[in-house]
Amino acid sequence: MLELQNLSVTRGSFTLAADLAIEPGARVAVIGASGSGKSTLLSLIAGFLVPDRGRILWEGRDITATPPGKRPVSVLFQDQNLFPHLTAAQNVGLGLRPDLRLSSPQRVRVGQVLEEVGLAGMEDRKPADLSGGQQGRVALARVLLRARPVLLLDEPFAALGPALKAEMLDLLARIAEETGATVLMVSHDPGDARRFAPQTILIEDGRAQPPQPTGPLLDDPPPGLRAYLG
Amino acid sequence: MKSRLIAAMIVPSLLAVAPAAAQDRPVLTVYAGDYVASEWGPGPQIKAGFEAFCDCELRFVTGDILPRILMEGEGTQADIVFGLNTDVTARARSSGLFAPHGQDTSDMSLPVEWTDPIFLPYNWGETAFIYDETRLENPPASFAELLEAPDDLKIVIQDPRASISGLALLLWVKGIYGEDAPDAWAKLAPKVLTVTRGWSESYGMFTEGEADMVLSYTTSPAYHIAAEEDLTKKAAIFPEGHYFMTELAAQLASTDQPELAQQFMDWILTPEFQATIPLANWSLPAKLPQDDWPEVMRDLPRPEKTLFYDEAEAEALRQPALDEWLRAFSR
Amino acid sequence: MAAGVFPIRQPGGAAIAAALAALVLGTLAAVAWQARGLSALGPWDWRAVWFTIWQAVVSASVSAILAIPVARALARRRFAGRAVLVTLLGAPFILPVIVAIMGLISVFGRGGVLNDALRAAGLPEISIYGWQGVILAHVFFNLPLSVRLILQGWQAIPAERFRLAESLGFAPRDIARHLERPMLRAVLPGVWLAVFLVCLTSFTVALALGGGPRATTVELAIYQAFRFDFDLGRAAMLGLVQIALCVAAMALARWIAIPAAFGAGLDMPSQLRGLGGWRRLADGLAITLAAAFLLWPILAVTLRGLPRIPLLPPEVWDAAVRSVVMALISATLAILLSLALALAIARGGARWIETAGMLPLVASPLVLGTGLFILLRGVASPQAMALPVTVAINAIMALPFGLRALIPAARDLEGDFGRLADSLDMRGLARLRLLVLPRLARPLGFAGGLAAALAMGDLGVITLFATDQPTLPLKLYQLMNSYRMADASACAVLLMAISFALFWLFDRGGRLA
Repeated sequence: MLELQNLSVTRGSFTLAADLAIEPGARVAVIGASGSGKSTLLSLIAGFLVPDRGRILWEGRDITATPPGKRPVSVLFQDQNLFPHLTAAQNVGLGLRPDLRLSSPQRVRVGQVLEEVGLAGMEDRKPADLSGGQQGRVALARVLLRARPVLLLDEPFAALGPALKAEMLDLLARIAEETGATVLMVSHDPGDARRFAPQTILIEDGRAQPPQPTGPLLDDPPPGLRAYLG
Repeated sequence: MKSRLIAAMIVPSLLAVAPAAAQDRPVLTVYAGDYVASEWGPGPQIKAGFEAFCDCELRFVTGDILPRILMEGEGTQADIVFGLNTDVTARARSSGLFAPHGQDTSDMSLPVEWTDPIFLPYNWGETAFIYDETRLENPPASFAELLEAPDDLKIVIQDPRASISGLALLLWVKGIYGEDAPDAWAKLAPKVLTVTRGWSESYGMFTEGEADMVLSYTTSPAYHIAAEEDLTKKAAIFPEGHYFMTELAAQLASTDQPELAQQFMDWILTPEFQATIPLANWSLPAKLPQDDWPEVMRDLPRPEKTLFYDEAEAEALRQPALDEWLRAFSR
Repeated sequence: MAAGVFPIRQPGGAAIAAALAALVLGTLAAVAWQARGLSALGPWDWRAVWFTIWQAVVSASVSAILAIPVARALARRRFAGRAVLVTLLGAPFILPVIVAIMGLISVFGRGGVLNDALRAAGLPEISIYGWQGVILAHVFFNLPLSVRLILQGWQAIPAERFRLAESLGFAPRDIARHLERPMLRAVLPGVWLAVFLVCLTSFTVALALGGGPRATTVELAIYQAFRFDFDLGRAAMLGLVQIALCVAAMALARWIAIPAAFGAGLDMPSQLRGLGGWRRLADGLAITLAAAFLLWPILAVTLRGLPRIPLLPPEVWDAAVRSVVMALISATLAILLSLALALAIARGGARWIETAGMLPLVASPLVLGTGLFILLRGVASPQAMALPVTVAINAIMALPFGLRALIPAARDLEGDFGRLADSLDMRGLARLRLLVLPRLARPLGFAGGLAAALAMGDLGVITLFATDQPTLPLKLYQLMNSYRMADASACAVLLMAISFALFWLFDRGGRLA
């Protein structure tokens, strides 16, 4: 279980507070108006941001002071998920060893994972030689390989077309299933939320509300969310 | 050649040049002006000549001699300083760091009498303006003519605040014009193309053809004659007289090699040492009969009159003369 | 959100910054201590202070104004050899001062080609001696820098704006008013300040070209106080005045942003259309004049010295090898130091770290050298210290320039990939090897090349420490001091060629990495 206990952070006039828990293996959308603090919530969990108050617990263990790389977390950002100077295989291999000194079984494993996401034979390509969809697959392959129990998605596929995005979300669902990960996904698209996430965290008025069923929330949104969804 | 390059490349030699004195022979450390120890100066001959009989190693340390000695004080490693000028002896003497040279200076071949017990001259010459006779057909025949020359006669001089020859020019003008020095400077200033920090920059500009005359030494033409077979460079000899310049050696009282240091001081005035001066130092030997000078030096035109202020006079004149100069050149 | 990043400790950067500050201020204190206090300044010292400020103002203004037409011409013209020309125009900045002065004299001197031509045409001659020479030389050194910075400004105007202007039927005058002038207003103050700071502490130019009491800079006055008056108290006081001047100028920099990308990727095509007619002529003239001004002196020196290079005695080659080794060590040191500082700054280090990194720009090399001499004399013999100290000081003096290129690149790196690397637990050497070095290779190569070239040409503190292992610039002076002016000019060409080669190797290495 991922618990955010009395968490709060203030930066200038911006405040975000959260006091909630997420069941293991849950898939949760994070929805809120622009600037409401969706990315901030993910940054707190990922460890990029230190809360002013409160604690973050994973399976009962306090990880508030754990550096990002040591947390049970994988992150996919909006962009820059790959290092442009490294090959696809190297980008994936970083998920096994951050210094890339891979053993030969590990190298084989990297190849297998790339094959699993449909990139067989593209190990030595650099991101610039891959399409947007292929780049997303490389990033997902790394997530698969790291197999961290929590996966944070900060609108990673926003730049892709609808068909490609759906494909990525399906692949993501498969990977989440395979690794049994708890997934938090920031999204602007209620369709994505409905398709992918049974539960939703709504961020409103500087507060992240506990997860609630996605369907009913979107069917009958509170006034703030209604205005945002239009 | 190749092995030299490789040897020079070895980095440790760069970083850990701890005094390589570990050899058996004692080391005599000589602080000297930069040009002295270069392979084009008198240093290599002096080193070879001394080591031939001293059973020691002579090591030159080059750079700004006196500032360094004054900063190091009694802790200095120097046994000998080589290449001081008369304009700094007052300060050097008052530091109390130097010991008497113990030489008889009664029959030197200098145009002035030398009685200083501490600082020993090893060469000499006079300030002079050098010109190229192919470029300047009618050089001024006297300092007065130089002052009255048209302003498009361009000369380069050195800054008296940064160079010994520049300071010598101050005293030269003071020696000729005394109270009237400011007027002389006022006449000279428009002809001065530029005032450089050191002698070499000035001389470079002159050989480039930038200036018609350069402040240098009466002995300068000897280099062009002997080394380049170029007979066109001449010193303008003025009847008003030329300012005497000499370079001096002294031993440190704090030396840990007193015998070697004394041996070196004793050697300076020997004919063997003095004979190396003219063609390595391009100046006149301090103690050598004129008949023993190289022909090129013997044949140089000599001034008839020598001007010189002793240490105390020069020190007293320095600041007022400098102020006069500064005023003339800030207009 | 940058303010809230996870606090990652960078003790290396802070320690280096503290050491730099201690070095710059500590050496000044050591000199003052040796002198038993500071001395008052005389009227001539104050004159030097005013001249220093005045010449820096004029040099910076002339450089900036002349750079505008050249940068505009380069921005809107495409021609064969343009890339080579842009690269070559950077050459003066890394040219050893003594070599540059020789070149300037052979072109602009009394017997130079320009005055020969003026005489032939019956026109009055120009003089490069005195203040004119100081300013001419400063413009020569800094015009390329200004052109580069302004050219980047032109290239940074988004293509969409030019397309918009075109679709609105803007005349060239309208483009100038709505696109170019706002850019210049934003870029010029920073360009001006950068050149101003460089000229404020420039030392060797006034030394080599001379000029007398009317053209005495503070650094020259420090030199005189040291070498001739042995007045360390006055030297320390002048050093303090110099630092105060620079700090005041840098306080201005808090309001004026110095353009960041000093030497980063240059040659992006601008969307500015090359117009025909008289503008084409004017652009051609601007480029030709700038190229002639900057390259002719270099060419003149080369032509004169080149034939004699094979005749140089072996000692000169020994000195050359020694200088190259020292320059390489200086460059390596500069790369390490500036990388540690830039990373600390990019990861949100305190502002003082950046200020400390800029401190060497304000320090007087003479005060630095003498202070070190005083501090170290009990530890080791000055002779043994001469080369290591020279290597270290050269690395430090090149830091501010390297940092200007590195800091923005390091900030981009942190912004783009910092979180990804953090989340993948890339730390320490692995992060350096897999992320930092590959991504920062270009600015690092540039910084290293700059440090190597500047170290190569520096005469600097080595004369104070004295050594029996002369560097190449020292050999050059020895040749001049022994009447060997022709050998000296050959030595100058050698020095210049090695400086350029070193810069090129590092810069190229950084681009290929």
